[in-house]
Parts: sequence; structure tokens; C-alpha cells
Amino acid sequence: MNEWSSSKRGDLSRRRMLGVVGAGVVVSALPSRSGAATRPGAQARTAGEGLVGAPLPRIEGPLKVRGAAPYAAEFTFAGMVYAALAFSTIAKGRIISIDTGAAEAAPGFVHVMTHVNAPRMRPMMPWASSEKAAGNDAWPIMQDDRVRWNGQPIAVVLAETQEQADHAASLISATYEEEPATTSFAQAKANGTETAVLGGQPVHIEIGDAEAALAAAAVSVDATFHTPYQNHNAIEPHAVTVAWHGNELEVHDASQSVVHNAWSLAQILGIEEHQVHVTSPYVGGSFGGKFMGMHQVLAAASSRLSGRPVRLTLSRAGVYRLVGGRALTEQRLALGAGRDGRFVALIHTGTSTHTPDSPHPELAQFVSYSSYATGTLKIDLQWAHLDMVANAAMRAPGEAVGSFALESAVDEVAVALGMDPIELRIRNEPQADPLTGLPFSSRNIVEAWRAGAKRFGWERRNPTPRAVRQGDWLIGMGCGAGSHMYARESGGAARLTLTKHGTATIDIAAHDAGMGTATVLTQITADQLALRLDQVRLRAADSALPGVVPGIGSSQTTTAAATIIAAQRKAVAELLKLLRRDSPLAGLTADEVTPRDGGLAKTDDPARHESYSSILTRARRDELVVEATGGNPTESEQYSMYSYAAVFCEVRVNAVTGEIRVSRLLGSMDCGRVVNARTAAGQFRGGMVMAIGLALTEETLYDERTARIMNPSLSEYHVPVHADVPEIDVIWTGIPDPQAPLGARGIGELSMNGTAAAIANAVHNATGTRVRRLPITLDQLL
Amino acid sequence: MSAESSVIRVNGTAVAPPGDPRVSLLDFLRETLGLHGTKKGCDQGGCGACTLLVDGERILSCLALAVQYTGRDVVTVEALADGDRLHPVQQAFIDHDGFQCGYCTPGQICSAIGMAGELERGVPSHVTEDLSAKRAELTAEELRERMSGNLCRCGAHNGIVAAIAKAHQAGQLSDSGRAAR
Ligand code: FES
Ligand code: FES
Repeated sequence: MNEWSSSKRGDLSRRRMLGVVGAGVVVSALPSRSGAATRPGAQARTAGEGLVGAPLPRIEGPLKVRGAAPYAAEFTFAGMVYAALAFSTIAKGRIISIDTGAAEAAPGFVHVMTHVNAPRMRPMMPWASSEKAAGNDAWPIMQDDRVRWNGQPIAVVLAETQEQADHAASLISATYEEEPATTSFAQAKANGTETAVLGGQPVHIEIGDAEAALAAAAVSVDATFHTPYQNHNAIEPHAVTVAWHGNELEVHDASQSVVHNAWSLAQILGIEEHQVHVTSPYVGGSFGGKFMGMHQVLAAASSRLSGRPVRLTLSRAGVYRLVGGRALTEQRLALGAGRDGRFVALIHTGTSTHTPDSPHPELAQFVSYSSYATGTLKIDLQWAHLDMVANAAMRAPGEAVGSFALESAVDEVAVALGMDPIELRIRNEPQADPLTGLPFSSRNIVEAWRAGAKRFGWERRNPTPRAVRQGDWLIGMGCGAGSHMYARESGGAARLTLTKHGTATIDIAAHDAGMGTATVLTQITADQLALRLDQVRLRAADSALPGVVPGIGSSQTTTAAATIIAAQRKAVAELLKLLRRDSPLAGLTADEVTPRDGGLAKTDDPARHESYSSILTRARRDELVVEATGGNPTESEQYSMYSYAAVFCEVRVNAVTGEIRVSRLLGSMDCGRVVNARTAAGQFRGGMVMAIGLALTEETLYDERTARIMNPSLSEYHVPVHADVPEIDVIWTGIPDPQAPLGARGIGELSMNGTAAAIANAVHNATGTRVRRLPITLDQLL
Repeated sequence: MSAESSVIRVNGTAVAPPGDPRVSLLDFLRETLGLHGTKKGCDQGGCGACTLLVDGERILSCLALAVQYTGRDVVTVEALADGDRLHPVQQAFIDHDGFQCGYCTPGQICSAIGMAGELERGVPSHVTEDLSAKRAELTAEELRERMSGNLCRCGAHNGIVAAIAKAHQAGQLSDSGRAAR
């Protein structure tokens, strides 16, 4: 029992066991349709053996298909009230007055909070400004009469039902004193830009004289690319259910950062970190949008003032108003090559929209740091400041849009040279990291290109644009490369409990918003201990558990793997101390034993074996508990570590209407060892689907006069639907990375990168039109 | 009004409609009856997460006022399984990894079952060639078109389509669950 579930507050929410993401489900392997690393026959294995890599179904699957997995807005407290927000309707200025009278007179009204009566609170701290900071801005939350963006919450209304709260909130009216605001990109640039900052360093790099090399290059492109604002649009809107118990705050959140959020709420509200308990057992998609936000603070503060537990679910429009997304970018991409195809110059500069204190630079240029050997390199990012909601990280921030520009330009150079675009890329493979000079830990993108090309039938591609036609449909093929930097969080920690029944529990504050984390961590634990899956229980997504493991940067599995490996080592050492003198393992050291078949065995003599159950029982112990950390990620200081993607696309473009259909898509990955072939394939496909949206349909539309979002709904912001998504083929090299724990690098964001370019390049091959502005709309092809 | 027509049947149980006529069927299920299986993604008819079955047909429960559903038979995802035995479509979703976060999943599953009825009744879709056919065929294109009202942001589309196609081939798609059996 952890300290939290043994406490006395026995309400419904508690019963639902927060933190248990999946408990001891017997799982058998089912064949996956793709994936080089697929290993059939998990049923036949002995305990633990071969679990890493197996395409195991998600352990929480039965709960989810029954609709029985509890999400944040499905926890209930006695006496709970519902919240609704009123939003500012100007971009910048002061609130002169807020009239809440009509709302207060509405049926079911319980409470209203505005800047006038809100408790004094500290501002949020942005990501990386402290170990557990997780905000997108540092603005005061309902502390003054300032309006900083159009859509800022100006009142929180509580009522007995959601309908009553919504109605009462609609009766709130405010008057403002407007101030001139910067509401368009053009105006923001005209105001003057600021050199972006990353990790305290200005984003400006020059290696050699790239401009001169470009001017002298035999072949070159020099073009401007545009990418729009976008929103995450997880299907579950942001939601939080909170209750105060004295000075302690219980929070059921939809979050990819429970420990950060507990710490953040404590420091904002002026209480101790241990007084806030955040759980988030099931999250309906996050994609970088569900870290610390204003809504958790508003719910906690209004609950405190009203003395009632509160559920605050953002309306879909509210999600757009409160939670920023991908910033807009304008990128200059210039690439010069010799006649032999060798790159001699790469210039990747540009401007991204930005808000004060936002920790997210939208660094499109990052992709150009290490993709190709170019001799000379020039990087620069400017920020243009707008009065709008703070921009956030959205799946593969920077790289998703940067790889569109870079990989489109590579395609343009290939066309100019009359060279196959894959061969051109291979010709420019760097031998070491072009920027840092560090050796690559494991870079097999060439292999991924070759395997993908073969499987996709790339040799059937006609390199001449607009040459393949079936009736009204023009058909083209294109490709693009993607990469994603390896990350492992240093705050990883886990608690491992082994019992005399031979079962194990792993406690780690990691998150599963659909990535497969719960399944994968259970697999890794069973593998490390040589247990069956049904002997391992995972408790996660609970701030009371060990570890600072945010779902960020595709790092959760690497972070947790290092931690679980460390915990296993510690447990083995402890078990050896407990051995009786007559144990078959007596006298052996940790280096001489290996977990095997639910216990330990002498590595070179497996007959010398004692089960965990026997060791603990004979030592008169009910359980053994160890806690361990994964340590600092020193591997990233010694090696250049990235995951790689080679993406292939076929499109059909209607010559009459300009309609674009993605008819085939293949991702060939090089991401180290794949821990679960099924959930990994899901991650790869998911990123490629989101990139179809990036390429063809998605755009958050700001009214440039008022900075009000005009399409804050799923009807008018177009995410890809079933009809837009072809069967997506996914393969991987499966080559383990010798520097990564378990040989696995990150995969969650990888396939967002390169896919939009593959689509745009296929559109060029189909039509002869090079589109450099996303999304690629019909009118740009007519 | 007869007793039967003054109540809503939810998963086989008669319940009195809410007093507040503004309450959507979705909120009524989730907030009054505590049936959280049906999800709210947008409350605007834009995402399909709230799809459930009324008299065997799929509807968006966020756009339905609960008071208008007296005398009707509402079936939600909670009523599809038979005890420990999952509905074949639910099992197919697990087998084919037809979900990631799981938030769109109840809507996808109910929508697929409702779609099966539309096929049997010969209801055409935007891509149906033969509008006079008595029974619509479920080609891959038809399946994608007919399921396009159910968004999935995780990108589990391939698995969802595979799961539904599998259940359809096995003749198990039109089984509308425990309550109807
Ligand atoms: S919640 Fe009903 S369609 Fe989105
Ligand atoms: S599984 Fe997450 S939205 Fe579909």
C-alpha cells in the first residue's frame, strides 16, 4: 500500500485506485501486421523471457473498450459543483468592471470568482525554470485587472449543475479599457523581433560562411516556408476534479506531468508540495497540451473560496482559449550543392510567434543541426511577440514544421540535380554530429531508407512531375526524413516491491495518455525480474509515487527503463543478502546471478536457482522494497543520439478540383530496440496521421484584427478523419542502441517529422507544383 | 401518457427523465446516472465521442435533449459486454489495437454497431455507388466514409477500421449488446 491509498478518505474517487493503471492482466501476444521486430509466440515463453519486443496488447484494453476507465472528469465528490468560465473579448487592456449580478441570481448559482475576490496566488513557473515547473507562461492568474490575450478567463462561475453553470457564466458581462495590441504576425515583425533563446543561449549558429558557399554553389534553392498555428485537440478536453480536505488538496487531473502539477499547484497556492495530491490514471490524449495550466489553478482556488469540491471541464472552445498550441513559423531554407550532389551550404533561419516567458521556442531550425553534412551552416531564430495565449509544445515541437522546410528543400535540390532524392540524402550522410562533432550512438537511417524504398516500391516512381495520371487523378510519390533527439529525464525514480508470493509491484509516477506506457513498463519490469506479466502490477500517474517522469520529449520509456533496471539491480543485491546458508545460490555475488523463472539463478548454471518467493519466505520476510534512480543521462553528453525516420508517401491529386488524397504512407524507422511492437506501431501511425493534418488540413485561425480564434471547434478545425487515413505501413530496423537503456530510443514524436514533407514532395511529383505554405490547400494547386 | 412512454430506458432500466429540459442525454448519463462510458469530446456534434444507440440507431448524445428520449431505448457502451464476455467488437478493438488513449473508443464502438444497422437497411453514404441497393456493402472505402464522424486524435484509425472490418466479416457487428439480447 502506498501512503496515499492507505489514508482514510474513502470516497468514490479513492476506491477507483488512483494510480493503478493496470493490474495483473494475463496477456497473450497477438500477431502484429507489421514490424521487423515482431516476435510471435509470447504464450510459449517462460517467465519474463522475450517480453521486451513482444507485440502485447494494452493491459488496460478491457477497461477502455468497456468505457470503464476513469478519466479526470469522471471522479466524483459528495457536494461537488460544476464550473464554467467567462472569457475576455479583447486582446489587451484593463477590465473596468465585471457585472456578475445576473449570474448570481441565476438558478443553481453557487459562487463566482473574478480578479476582485480571487485569493492571492503566485504566478505559474514556466517549464525548466525549476525542476518541477511545467507552465507555458508566468502570467498572474486572475490576480489583477489586466487582459493579456483574447480569451483569457475573467470569471469562474460555480453552480449545482453544468447547465446552470454554463447559463450563469453566459450572463457575465465586462467592460474594458482597450489598449493597442499586437495581433498580426506582420505587425509583430514590424515591431522588431528578438533572437530566440534555448537553454540560456541565443539561437544563432554559424559554421563557415554559409551565405558565400550558397552563392558559389552549382545548384541551390533559397525559399521561404510558412506553417500555421495549430492546436493539439486531444479528444478529451482538459478537465480537473478537485477537493480540499482542510489544507490538503486532492486533484484528479488529465495530465502528462502529475508530479510537476502537484508542485506547481503548491507553489502557486502557497501550500506545501506534500499537501497536494494529483492523480491522472487515464488521459484522453495529451500531445504536449496537458501539462500545468490555468484551469487547475482556477478550479482549486474557486473550490477553496466556495468550500465545495469542483469539477472544471473546459468546453472545446475553452480548450482553444486557455491552452495554446504550435506557434506560427516563417522559415528561410537555403541549401546549396555541388554537381555531385554534395551539400556545401545550409541556411535555416526564420521567425516564430512567441509570448513572454513561454519556454517553448518553436525551434524549426533544430532539425538542421544534425541531419546532413553540409560543410557550412547558418542557423538563426527570431521571436515575434504577439498578444495572444502562450504557445505550447505540440507533438514534435519545432521539428515537425522544420523538417517540412528542410526536407522539401532537399527534394527541390534533387529535382534540380536530376538525382534520386533518397540517393541525395544518403550521399550527404554525416559521419559524426555536424554541429558537436560527437559520434552517433547508433545511426542507421541509410538502412531505413533502403528497406523502406524496397517495401514501398520506390523504384516504380516516375521522377518527372505530373507524368502519372489515371483519369482525372494525378499520382505522385515523395519521401522525407525525420529525426527526433533522444532524451532521458534525470528525475527518474521507481520503487520496486517483491512479495513472498513471488509477485512484484513497480511504482513510478509516469503517464499513459495512450502511448502504451503502462503496458511497456509492466513488460520491462517482468522482463527484468523474469516474472510473468500477471505477476507484475504497475502503479503510475500519481504524484505520491516516486519519480519525476513527465510525458515529454519521447522520454518516458527510456527514463523508466533506466530506473527499472537500477531497481532490479538493487533488489538482486538485497535478495542475495537474505539468502539462507543452504540456498543453491549461497555465496554468489550479484555479478554471478541473473533473474530467471521467477527467481535468481547462477548465470552459467541455471540449475542453481531459488525463487523470490522461497528467498523471502525463508528469510521470514513478507516483502522486499527498494527504491532506485536511473541517474543522469550522461550518454547524451558523450554521443549524438537521435531516432530516425524515412517516410514514403503516395498522393492522388484531382487535376480538376485540386483535391488531395494520401493514398499510401510508409514509415521506416530506426529507433533502437522496440519494446512493444504493437504500441510502437500505434505511436508511429499516430504521428503520421497527425502529420497528414499538418500537411493538408489543420490550421488555427486567428482573426488578425482581434487575435480571437475563429475556429475553436472540431467542426471547423479539421483533424484527419477515417476517410483521410490510408492503411499506414510501418517497419523498423530494430537495431538496439548500445548507449540507451534496453537499447531503446524515443518514438512518440518521431513520425511527425518528415511526413509532411513526404506528402508535399509527393504533391510536387504528382502536379509539378511546389507548395511551401501549410496546410496545402486545393487553391494552391489550381 | 403511459408509464412506458414517460421514462427513458437506459441499458434496459427505466429511468425518469431530468427535470431540467436543457440537460443533454450525454450529461444525463454521465452526471445524473453516473454512466461515464459515453464520452464528451466537444459537446457540439463535432467529434463523435458521445455516440450511443437509441432504438438501435447511432446518435450523438451531446446534441440530444434527454427529455426528448422518453419511450426510447438507449444503449451505451456499458451494456455491450455480457458480464466477463466482451462484445465481439470490443474484443476486436483489443485484438487490432483500435485505440490508444481510449477516449474516442466507446463512441467508435457504438458507432460501428449503429452503422451495421444502416448497412442492413440499405442507407447509402456519400461514396455509395448504387443508391437503390437493398443492402449496402461494407467496402474499405464505405467503412472509412461511414465512420468519419468519429474522430480519433491518437491516430488509431488503421486499428479501428481493421477491428470493425473483422467483426463485420464474422457477422458480429450488428449485435447491439446485452440490453437488446
Ligand atoms: S461530444 Fe458529441 S459529438 Fe463531440
Ligand atoms: S484513441 Fe485517443 S482519440 Fe482515439
